[in-house]
Amino acid sequence: MKLLDSLRFRMAALFERDQMRAEMEEEIRFHIQQRADDLVRSGMSRAEAERRARIEFGGREKYKEEIHKALGGNFIGTLLQDVRFALRVLRKSPGFTIAALLTLALAIAANAVVFAVLNALILRPLNVPHADSLYSIERGYYKAVNFSYPDYLDLRDRNRSFDGLAVYILAPIGLDTGKNPSQAWCYEVSGNYFDALDIQPYLGRFFHSADEHGPNSAPYIVLSYAYWHSHFQDDRSVVGRQVQVNKHPFTILGVAPPEFRGTLLFFSADLWLPMVDQEQVEGLNVLNARGERNIFLLFGHLKTGVTPAQAIGDLNSVGSYLEKTYPKDDADMTFSLARPSLAGDMLGPPVKGFMAGMMLLAGLILLAACANLGSLFAARAADRSREVALRLALGSSRKRILRGVFTEALLISIAGGALGLLGSIALLRELSAWQPVPQYPLYLPVTPDAHVYLAAMFLALASGFLFGAVPVRQILRTSPYEVVKAGSSGIIAGHTGSRITLRDVLLVVQIAICGVLVTSSLVAVRGLVRSMHSNFGFEPRNAMLVDTNLSMSGYSGDRVPAMQRRMIDALEAIPGVKSVGLVSQIPLGGGGTSANVFSDQTTDLRPANSASWVAMFNISPEYFHAADTSLLAGRNLSWQDDKTVPRVAVVNQLFARRIFGSVDNALGKYYKMEDGTRVQVVGVVEDGKYYTLTEDQRTAMFLPFLQSPTSLTCLVVRSDRDPAQLAPAIRNTLRGLDTGLPLNIQTWTQGLDIALFPSHVATVALGVLGGMGVMLALTGIFGMAAYSVSKRLRELGIRIALGAQPKEVLQAALGRPLKLLAIGSAAGLALGILSGKVLAYIVYQATPRDPLVLGGVVLAMLLLGLVATWIPAQRALSVDPLILLREE
Amino acid sequence: MNDQAQLLPGTLDLLILRAVSLGPLHGYGILLRIGQISDNALLIEQGALYPGLFRLVRQGLLKASWGTSENNRRAKFYELTVAGRKRLREETESWNRLATAIASALSPQPEEI
Repeated sequence: MKLLDSLRFRMAALFERDQMRAEMEEEIRFHIQQRADDLVRSGMSRAEAERRARIEFGGREKYKEEIHKALGGNFIGTLLQDVRFALRVLRKSPGFTIAALLTLALAIAANAVVFAVLNALILRPLNVPHADSLYSIERGYYKAVNFSYPDYLDLRDRNRSFDGLAVYILAPIGLDTGKNPSQAWCYEVSGNYFDALDIQPYLGRFFHSADEHGPNSAPYIVLSYAYWHSHFQDDRSVVGRQVQVNKHPFTILGVAPPEFRGTLLFFSADLWLPMVDQEQVEGLNVLNARGERNIFLLFGHLKTGVTPAQAIGDLNSVGSYLEKTYPKDDADMTFSLARPSLAGDMLGPPVKGFMAGMMLLAGLILLAACANLGSLFAARAADRSREVALRLALGSSRKRILRGVFTEALLISIAGGALGLLGSIALLRELSAWQPVPQYPLYLPVTPDAHVYLAAMFLALASGFLFGAVPVRQILRTSPYEVVKAGSSGIIAGHTGSRITLRDVLLVVQIAICGVLVTSSLVAVRGLVRSMHSNFGFEPRNAMLVDTNLSMSGYSGDRVPAMQRRMIDALEAIPGVKSVGLVSQIPLGGGGTSANVFSDQTTDLRPANSASWVAMFNISPEYFHAADTSLLAGRNLSWQDDKTVPRVAVVNQLFARRIFGSVDNALGKYYKMEDGTRVQVVGVVEDGKYYTLTEDQRTAMFLPFLQSPTSLTCLVVRSDRDPAQLAPAIRNTLRGLDTGLPLNIQTWTQGLDIALFPSHVATVALGVLGGMGVMLALTGIFGMAAYSVSKRLRELGIRIALGAQPKEVLQAALGRPLKLLAIGSAAGLALGILSGKVLAYIVYQATPRDPLVLGGVVLAMLLLGLVATWIPAQRALSVDPLILLREE
Repeated sequence: MNDQAQLLPGTLDLLILRAVSLGPLHGYGILLRIGQISDNALLIEQGALYPGLFRLVRQGLLKASWGTSENNRRAKFYELTVAGRKRLREETESWNRLATAIASALSPQPEEI
């Protein structure tokens, strides 16, 4: 109460009420003294006169109150009075208060967490100046975000709408700072990148367009603040220092400001370096190839006064120029604009869809919590009907009583909201530190900001009004005469009839919501389990992956395949290793290369005439063996398929069917690559998953790495040995060949983490929300059942006294809650099945038409009902009619 | 004291205005003045005076100011404002009309005799 008193004091001082109060006091004192003086004069003793004067004055406090009212009501005073009263009432029923607080805190925490993620991912723009005019450019009908460097240069120089167009690619590099060479992630960017973003360095300087003079001319890097902090211990003398990037000398120019972590929202790279150095960074140079669209994203600030529509028109005119000038390479050159933070429409819609779904579910949780609290409040109002009636009879206004109820509701909503917010802050801190996929610098700072606090408190207050409003009708209808006449049990009798009450509806809604959540989380879990065991077109168990990029350690040209062959041979010599295969990029590893292929008859090789857009892998002969991919027809690739013989390839089943009609038909046939090379199909393998788990079946081709070399090296090592022993053996063997190789060794199952990441997130999120839904439904049913039993104890006692069997007693006591449970579960299950269709986009193989899911939901709801009604049922059965009847 | 009349609702304000109309008074003085001009025929609970005083001040019919009482105590004095004087006149007229009407309605009529 000390806090409240000081608060009141402050408020009073603020409104000069203190002085008013003192004056009032003085005036009344004067009056009483005058009166006492007069009484003394009429012969009374002083003490007696003062006593008499006070009595004659009448109820001092009452009149003071009336004066306050005459002065237009002391709003803050009454509010504080209400608050104090509500606090006292709440303290008197700690069970109710704690249940209500926790219920609301849970729901608010869920909403705050989801909203904070939504805020961080979607609402908050990139942390750069004037983010509102920053757009990324997408190309064509499919809204592709990849461009070729020559096209970029044309777009940059010919458009009139952007204040400088910049580009970037994300790439891993081998960084040697004089100590242990390690892998780091960089943004390869155009020279104008920092200028286009209008960012100032934290330390040193950035590179600019003027630093670029053709390929490999700008050996400069800019460190991110986090990398500088963790790897250089905030050493300010790093500016000007030389480091080795893939064995090439680069100079550290400066450090980026701490709040800038790159132009892709959740990808914090370690450093930035100029794209003109691509050959040194990636080991290949396609900066002059107009058909090689390997630039990840193109973005820039719109000039002031230029609308997005005008910019699109401008870009399209550049596009049609490109199509006319370079018909062989450029097609479908129409453009649209998107936000760069989530790579535009590539990640935007799924992320937004997922977050919208999560927000909806969190909203449902809050609604369920409100329903729960509403019925708690309604039950409480019913219990207090005698008190309310008494207060009404004694002259209290209904308005004042309602104010009391709302004050309680708001107190609970404020306290519950604050509690929930605290919980969510702790959770968000965990989430911010979470590194979902170790091999990528994925990082999402979901620190709550003012928006989150406001949203949480708003939701809490809104729900306070919502559940506070539930008992209003009950109180308005209370007739003091009826209640006092009938006693508390009489009132309740009216509620136990077959009439549907608001509380019933609330409970059904709540159970239905719980049903939806349980159904969708079960669907997600089942989908996830199934996708772990589904056919990927390879066998991830008992296999290890060794990832490296030979260009990072200075290999190029013919030295690359020679080194790769030595690596394969060395690994095969490790005891316990069954087979070793090489692949340029592991399927479902988060990356991938695709190319257009053409039928053998096509002569005009423009993208529009392409026969298929094919996933492309460069492999060693042993790859299919190591990956356990079965060959359906033809032969495997062999060590003889090198540059001295015509080009060959193994394709997947869908490729064979789509281009050649059937598997048998495909063998020995030819198709054409983008550069016109003819490739003969020598074998067909089973279909598999290549980029994402949820993708439609794609065409794929596997090219021998001796004919199509790649410095990207992923070695699949199949062995039954324990990964914990095998990994060091692999590392030692490869370090024996070259000490400078940056290596990333993991089991293939771990490697699938990135492919399963969306399903994991969805499953965890749904699981948590489902759990909360269950808890809320549990407390809701429990509350209702316990309440209904306690209100009807006397009736149950009479039934037992008259010889009712336990079954009949239970039916009387719990029939209604259980019926509501059944209705709610059925509705929830139906809605859950409908929502499962949405889920199928995120979680692979998520289908609600699964007997296990349906059975699981029914079982879960049954269990829930059993648990929630167990204690009330016990209580109903243990009713002793004698004791009960004696009490009345 | 038993022959004192209960106040009709709303009449206390009128009595206060009337009492103050003869010159500035403090609260207790107003009470005494009302007793004096009504020959102690009206029962007023002493405390009930103050909510009425505050209400009239707030309505702008009375003006309050702190001064010194006859026995040198600090006291709050009330006096009529122009609006208060006007209101007193109107209220007195309407009260007289009402009182006459009620009185004539209640007086023995010729046909009753």
